[in-house]
Amino acid sequence: MTDMVNAPLALPPETKSRSLFQLAAMRFRRNRAAMAGCVVLVLIALFSFLGPLFISHKYDQVFPSYVSVPPSLEARPDAGSLQEAMEGVAGRARVTLKEFAVEGQTFTATVTSDQPIDPRTTRYFDRANEFDATTVVATEDDGKTLKLQGNVSREYFFFGTDSNGRDMLARVMLGGQISIAVGLLASIVSLGIGVVYGATSGYIGGRVDNVMMRFVEILYSLPFVFLVVVLVVFFGRSFILIFLVIGAVEWLDMARIVRGQTLALKRREFVGAAQALGLTDWQIIRRHIIPNTIGPVVVFVTVVVPKVILLESFLSFLGLGVQAPLTSWGALISEGANNIQSAPWLLIFPAIFFVVTLFSLNFAGDGLRDALDPKDR
Amino acid sequence: MAAESILTVRNMKVSFDTPDGTVEAVKGIDLDVKSGETLAIVGESGSGKSQTMMGIMGLLAKNGRATGSASYRGKELIGLPMKELNTVRGAKITMIFQEPMTSLDPLYTIGRQIAEPIVYHRGGSFAEAKARALELLELVGIPEPARRINSYPHELSGGQRQRVMIAMALANEPDILIADEPTTALDVTIQAQILDLLKSLQQKFGMAVVLITHDLGIVRHFASRVAVMRRGEVVETGATADIFERPQADYTRMLLAAEPSGRKASPPDNAPIILEGRNVCVDYRTGGGLFKSASGTFRAVDDITLRLKQGQTIGIVGESGSGKSTLGRALLKLLPASGHIRFEKTDISDFGRSAMRPLRQEMQLVFQDPYGSLSPRQTVGEIITEGLYVHEPQLSRAERDRRAVEALKEVGLDPAARNRYPHEFSGGQRQRIAIARAMILKPKVVILDEPTSALDRSVQGQVIDLLRGLQKSHDLSYIFISHDLSVIKAMSDYVIVMKNGKIVEEGETDAIFDAPKQAYTQTLMNAAFTA
Repeated sequence: MTDMVNAPLALPPETKSRSLFQLAAMRFRRNRAAMAGCVVLVLIALFSFLGPLFISHKYDQVFPSYVSVPPSLEARPDAGSLQEAMEGVAGRARVTLKEFAVEGQTFTATVTSDQPIDPRTTRYFDRANEFDATTVVATEDDGKTLKLQGNVSREYFFFGTDSNGRDMLARVMLGGQISIAVGLLASIVSLGIGVVYGATSGYIGGRVDNVMMRFVEILYSLPFVFLVVVLVVFFGRSFILIFLVIGAVEWLDMARIVRGQTLALKRREFVGAAQALGLTDWQIIRRHIIPNTIGPVVVFVTVVVPKVILLESFLSFLGLGVQAPLTSWGALISEGANNIQSAPWLLIFPAIFFVVTLFSLNFAGDGLRDALDPKDR
Repeated sequence: MAAESILTVRNMKVSFDTPDGTVEAVKGIDLDVKSGETLAIVGESGSGKSQTMMGIMGLLAKNGRATGSASYRGKELIGLPMKELNTVRGAKITMIFQEPMTSLDPLYTIGRQIAEPIVYHRGGSFAEAKARALELLELVGIPEPARRINSYPHELSGGQRQRVMIAMALANEPDILIADEPTTALDVTIQAQILDLLKSLQQKFGMAVVLITHDLGIVRHFASRVAVMRRGEVVETGATADIFERPQADYTRMLLAAEPSGRKASPPDNAPIILEGRNVCVDYRTGGGLFKSASGTFRAVDDITLRLKQGQTIGIVGESGSGKSTLGRALLKLLPASGHIRFEKTDISDFGRSAMRPLRQEMQLVFQDPYGSLSPRQTVGEIITEGLYVHEPQLSRAERDRRAVEALKEVGLDPAARNRYPHEFSGGQRQRIAIARAMILKPKVVILDEPTSALDRSVQGQVIDLLRGLQKSHDLSYIFISHDLSVIKAMSDYVIVMKNGKIVEEGETDAIFDAPKQAYTQTLMNAAFTA
């Protein structure tokens, strides 16, 4: 309030016009932990959604030869086990392995037998996971010695495989997709319902508010798992149902928060001014109440997203969540927990991603709360 | 007065780190506080008068920094560690704040809160300190101190809370009492009482009082020396009489001249009545819930009748809680009210919300708080054109923009302002925006609810001039609600004095101001002009 007496036309000397949102973004950018959280979140999202394009394995592809193999940076099979596998195949084909060498993606083998070898023996080789497209390059000794050549399919399992022989890397990516999708969509569902319900209830007030909030309390009192079981029994298990169930529970909190905000906001004079201008209730809610609750709501959403991911994990853990071969981090963790002694990597990898995501969300949420702090309004 | 200087401030600077760089709130000032004197620091908001004292007391916000020197009896206070600073502040230098409603902790009894600094600085038990607290409460004139000592802050009125704050500040017999706008939040009659109390206490204890205020009326009657601050610098210091009689700096002269002046002529007798309220009553339900009916009613506006003629300004005066704002809203049918209300030729007593909507364009409202009355998430352009969406939805975007430019020019703002957000504007500019929002609809009646109370004197004058100009050019009728008698005097041609929801006295402005008939009006006048 430092107006000059003779210069009522002077504007504030600030060069740039910044909205509250831009100011908040500026404060947010200065918060290192929150920015780090955001970067990590983006990386995890990229990993989950774009990662599958860069790996050759499908999430539901089964590798019978590689059941429960531990994670490794080396290609599988390694030289030693290839030799073993080749010997095994030779045994089954009733031939003797004389020479075996692997060079890059191809192998050459020399097999002999007492009798001439049927060239169709190559089928035995192709049948094994490791070898592929075996052909006869040379026949010697009247067909008693065959020189074979073929491709070795060497696979990388950076995260190991599960007890069904599926690549954990692909499964963690898929789990990420589903967990993030559930987290975001269910949060949006709860956001939409909660904000409109809470703002309406708070703004109209009186008896309407009383009835609306009692209804919320009734829903609160229903046990969550019971609700889920009932819905699953009626509608069968489906992916969509999970959003709905979680959204239907989470909006209650949102509605309460927004209602509280609204009660404070509707005493503010700009709402009074809007009434005096003749705006309808709905216009005031839409143009004045909801935009001004956005601060606390955004912060709350960052708390809801991890909560929703946890809830989905909990449902999957109970076996009420997503169904195989689809999976989520929660389901993976539950599976991993069952095999913690024999195959700890089944637990470790999804758990790392899950924990890192939750941490990042919380840091980002903290940063948002600080950035949107209305104290300097 | 040849007393020694007990608080010496030299080249003191206070700066704040903000995203846009460092802002210097106080730019190297020198001040002396001599023992036993009353030094008033005068300035408009943003002049750095409070921040200087906050800097000395180590109470700056986290991004604030104080540099320079402030020494109390030779002891340097700036940069002193918290622990050592606490031996001085709260004991030798104490402070009372503007907002008595929020400066007491609602969870403790007032006795406990007064005892706290005594126990902290002198040791001893709370039981012993209680006895002293009782003494202090008596001293500051709290009725029935023995009973009140166990009260909680919410049981006290604003004036009583400010007395409790003073008792807390006096608990350790300080040398210097810093009073930061001690009476701004109080009604005029209570304001006078509190100032009298401070004066008598000062004589009793011989302490120095540093009075931070924007109100020159208070300064003139209370201070012995004045320092005028502007934009973080001391413009002028001197004895009170000198400053008021022979101001040296232009700024001081301007401050002194900023008292609202002028009169408004009455409208012609045959002017049509534009808004009429007969026997208007507003009741609030108290208690009650979903299944129980209200347990009682509180009558905020009690049987009020008024007639507003075209071109007239009715000033409504009263202290807080007198129902003046409620009356204003009731006349606009923003609150359920009984009685008859007539706008032009239409009886709107029974109009519902949707029936009222088309009439809203003709009857507008401007609020007191320029910070609260503009939605922080909308640009100024969106704010002022909001009414057009409702009342003239057929307007094109370009047309709306043109109207916004027009309205902003009319209230004396740069039209470029419409792309900015309210938080970028000063209080006076915000109030202009709020006025533009009302004026864009070209109303006939505007209810002005304390439109100048949150503003500095000089800005107040500008806003008053603006309102007068608008009234003249559009032949508007105002209902002007205020607790500030000087503003009412300058703005209105008819005055209604309200107390507890009832009209105490009404009449032509000159009649009310020159010859008040009722005792309450006389008290009000005395308190306002002699404080």
